[in-house]
Parts: sequence; structure tokens; C-alpha cells
Amino acid sequence: MNAKDPELLLEHAPLLQQGMSTPQAMRDVIYSLVPVTLAGIWFFGLSALLVLVVSILGAMLTEWVFSSAENKTESLWDASALVTGLLLGLTLPPGLPLWMAFLGGVVAIGFGKIIWGGLGNNLFNPALVGRAFLLATFPIAMTTWNPVSDVDGFFMVHATNLALPFMHVEPDAMTSATPLGLFKFEQEATPIINLFLGNTSGSLGETSGLLLLLGGLYLWWRRDLDWRIPASILLTVVVFSGILGLFDAERFPTPLFSLFSGGLLLGTIYMATDPVTSPITPKGAWIFGCGIGCLVVLIRVWGGLPEGVMYAILLMNAATPLINRYTQPTVFGRGKERS
Amino acid sequence: MAKDQNQNYEEFVKGLWRDNPVFVQVLGMCPMLAVTNSAINALTMGLATFFVLVGSSFLVSSLKQFIPKQVRISSFIIIIATFVTVIDYTLLALMPKVHKELGAFIPLIVANCMILGRQEAFASRNTVKLAVMDAMGMASGFMIALFTLGAIREILGDGALFGVKLFGDNFEPWIIMILPPGGFLTLGLILLCFNWFTVRKQQFLEKVAAAERSGA
Repeated sequence: MNAKDPELLLEHAPLLQQGMSTPQAMRDVIYSLVPVTLAGIWFFGLSALLVLVVSILGAMLTEWVFSSAENKTESLWDASALVTGLLLGLTLPPGLPLWMAFLGGVVAIGFGKIIWGGLGNNLFNPALVGRAFLLATFPIAMTTWNPVSDVDGFFMVHATNLALPFMHVEPDAMTSATPLGLFKFEQEATPIINLFLGNTSGSLGETSGLLLLLGGLYLWWRRDLDWRIPASILLTVVVFSGILGLFDAERFPTPLFSLFSGGLLLGTIYMATDPVTSPITPKGAWIFGCGIGCLVVLIRVWGGLPEGVMYAILLMNAATPLINRYTQPTVFGRGKERS
Repeated sequence: MAKDQNQNYEEFVKGLWRDNPVFVQVLGMCPMLAVTNSAINALTMGLATFFVLVGSSFLVSSLKQFIPKQVRISSFIIIIATFVTVIDYTLLALMPKVHKELGAFIPLIVANCMILGRQEAFASRNTVKLAVMDAMGMASGFMIALFTLGAIREILGDGALFGVKLFGDNFEPWIIMILPPGGFLTLGLILLCFNWFTVRKQQFLEKVAAAERSGA
């Protein structure tokens, strides 16, 4: 049909075309991740770059292999696999063996997306599915954190990175705990300024609070993310840990520490706001965010692991269909009666 | 006679692939997921199930004239439970270590719906010979499935098969594979491949048939 001079409109209701498309949104996400990625490479050296490249490779290769023949180029070009691989890479420790990073990318796309029917049908955030699989499969490698490398160490690739497939190499250099691990197991607080700038050990892309916030602001400015979700998550975490701090300031982390440590900002801005796996109603977004915030604090304070952002988001992903269902706005003119 | 032989063979073979109790009927999931964390456990469970299924099929099929229809299920269960008790004590005497690892899942063979399903659907309606052939086929199919799953999970989760290390000391075990999620994931993937293969085969056969029709 000639769209410019239609004689009869035979289209469905959304007749107002918006410029926004999936490739566009994905490109925005990639742009907003550039500073965080560069910072990760700056802090952790070439190893970080290798881990990122390999996890992206795993994700894109899987996407290419499993998409249908007529859809092959299109599904690669919408860059969703690239974003998944990049996000997964940013949640991995820099010294992770490369074959594990590749496997993570394969699982993220294969189990996180393709098996559900492709983009838009998945229940869980693909990158987090990949990370959860890796954490459950290789718990030791996934919790071995390398310290921030100095200038000399920039071009040094960790020996653990280069382990042969299915093998592991004993960690060469000194390993160090993440700020959350230090706090939980050794009661040692890391200065907030380090957390803010990213000068601590941890996953590749989670350390720098400042750059993550900047990326989030960019996405919000481009209207690629629902501001209610990050706002409600961060607010809940601050309020909840503030209340806990009133009881015992020694034992519980301060709100600021909770905010900037671990993967909270990365998860909040990039994974919880995934439009596919988060509620579509505004009220649902608030419930979703509050649930994640509460779970994060609960897992961090009382759970066995120092970090719980991933599990919190995955759990609330599972609740998303339910939230969507119960927060459906009533149809205009129907009154309060529910169907 | 040849036809008879053919039918026996047919009843045996269908359980291995076309009507495989695990991959096609998706029955007996409880032992399938619970005890397949190593090849030896899986194989032992498969053998125990083989014994119970063949024994009870034989008995049910022989006694089918004497079992009143109203109480048939409970009668089947009692027959099955008899054989389970036999294999339970046999394993305890012969392989105490494996018996301990399998734990409650040996008595739970009673509740394996695959076994009861065969009694209800086949053994109670067919001759003894056919019933035994059917039971042997089904049990072998079940054993193959258990062993496949157990071998995959042990190789990835422990780098070993039957306790023999395959990859040397530096192997990084996939912890998830010996945990319950590994069972679900592996079984799901095997089912996926199985269905994919079946669909492909069907498509291929249809294509061949179409080509033959147009050729003729």
C-alpha cells in the first residue's frame, strides 16, 4: 500500500508512527555503556577487554546459529545480542577464563532468549540468565576477583584468562575481595569515593558508580528507560538500609555504601529496566522496583552471598507477568468492576 | 510364526526409541532427575527398574484373569511393591554404597508411573509373552535414557565416567550439573534434540513421499 497517499487505511490502531525502534534503542544502550566499558578496561587492563569481546562473541554467534534463515542478518543487526553479550561481560570478573565467558554468552542467548521464542518473549533478562548459570556452574572462578591493575599491569593478561576449555589455572596474581565481600566477611568498609569512581575490585563494569549514573541519565534523556524502576529500586534500598542502620549502625551498611557497592547500579539501570522483562504499567513498575530493592538488601544482609542484585532481579522478573496482570488499569467507562 | 516373531520384536523395539518412556512419553521423571548425577547411580537405577518392570509385567499378565477390574490398580501396586522389596534388599546386600546413595529412590520405584502405566495399558491386556517383550523394551529405553543423562552429568559435573577421571587434574567441574538444576537443564536439552530430530525425520519422510507421488 502506498503510505503517502492512502485511499483506504487498512492498518491497526497505532497509526502514529514513532521513530523509535529496537535497533535504535539498542544503539542508545550501547552508547550509554561506552564510558562504563572503557572504565572497566582502564581499571582491569587487557584481560577485561578479552572477557568482554569473548562474551559478546558467544552471544552473537549463538544468535546467528539459532535464528531462522530468513531472519539471520536482521536479528544480528538489531544488536540485541551485542547488548546482551556486553552486559553479561560487564558483570563478569576480569580474570574469568575466556571459555567460561564464551559459554556464558551462549547460555545467555540460548537459554535466556532463543528458547523462549526470541527477542521480546523471554521471561528473564538474558544477560542475568547467563551470569546466573555461570555462578551456579563455576562458583569459584566467578568469585575470584582481581585487584585493579596499575599502569604496568595494563597489558598483562591474567593467566587464568587463558585456561584451556574445560580446564582451570590456579590464580597467579593476588586476588582481593569486593567491597561487599570485605564488608560482609571482614567488617571493613571501603571509602565511598573509591566506590563512586570505580577504583575497587569487582565485576568489570559494576565498580564505577559515577559512569553508571551518567549512562542511566543518558538513557533517561533518550527516553529509553522507565525512570520509575531505577528510582523505586534505589529509593527502597536507601530507605531499607537506612532503617536497618538505625538499629545497628556497626553491623549494617550505610545507605550510601549500599547504593554504590556491588552491582546495584549496573543491575538497576541496565538489567531491571529491560523493557521485555519488567512490568509495563506505571504502578507495576513501582511494585517491581520496590520488590527488587527489598530483596537486594535482604540477600546482602542476611543471605549467604555478599551480593544479591542478580537474584533479586531474576526473582522479580518471574513475578512480572503477575504484576502486569494485577496492575492493569481499568478500562475507561467500566467503573471499578474487574473482569 | 514369522508374524508372531515380528510382533514380539515390534513390542520390544518401540520402547527403545519411538515410544521411549522418558524422551517421548516423559514418564518416570522423579528417578530420572533425582538419581542421574553419576553414571553408576543411573545405571543401577535403570537395572532395578528393569527387574521390577519385567517381573511385574510378567506377573500381572499371568494373573490378569484373576484380578477383579475394580481393584486392579491396588493389585498392580502390590505386585510392583513385591518386586521393589526384592530389589531393595538385593542391592543393599550386593552394593551397599550405591544403595545408600540412591536412598529413598529405590523404594520410590513403586511410584514410578511408567511401571504402573505399562501394567494398566499393556500387561493387563496382552499375552504373557508380549507383555514381557514390551516390559523389556520399555525398561531398556528407560535405562538408556537414565544412562545418557547420568553420563552427561557425570562427565561435565565431575570430569569422570564411572568414577574414572577423563580430563586430568585441572578439569574445572560444572557444579550445576551434579545439582538438581543440571538434571532439568540436561533433560530439557535432550528432549529438545529428540523432538527436533523427530520433526526433521517426519519432514524428510513427507518430502520423500511427495517426491514418490509426483514421480509415480
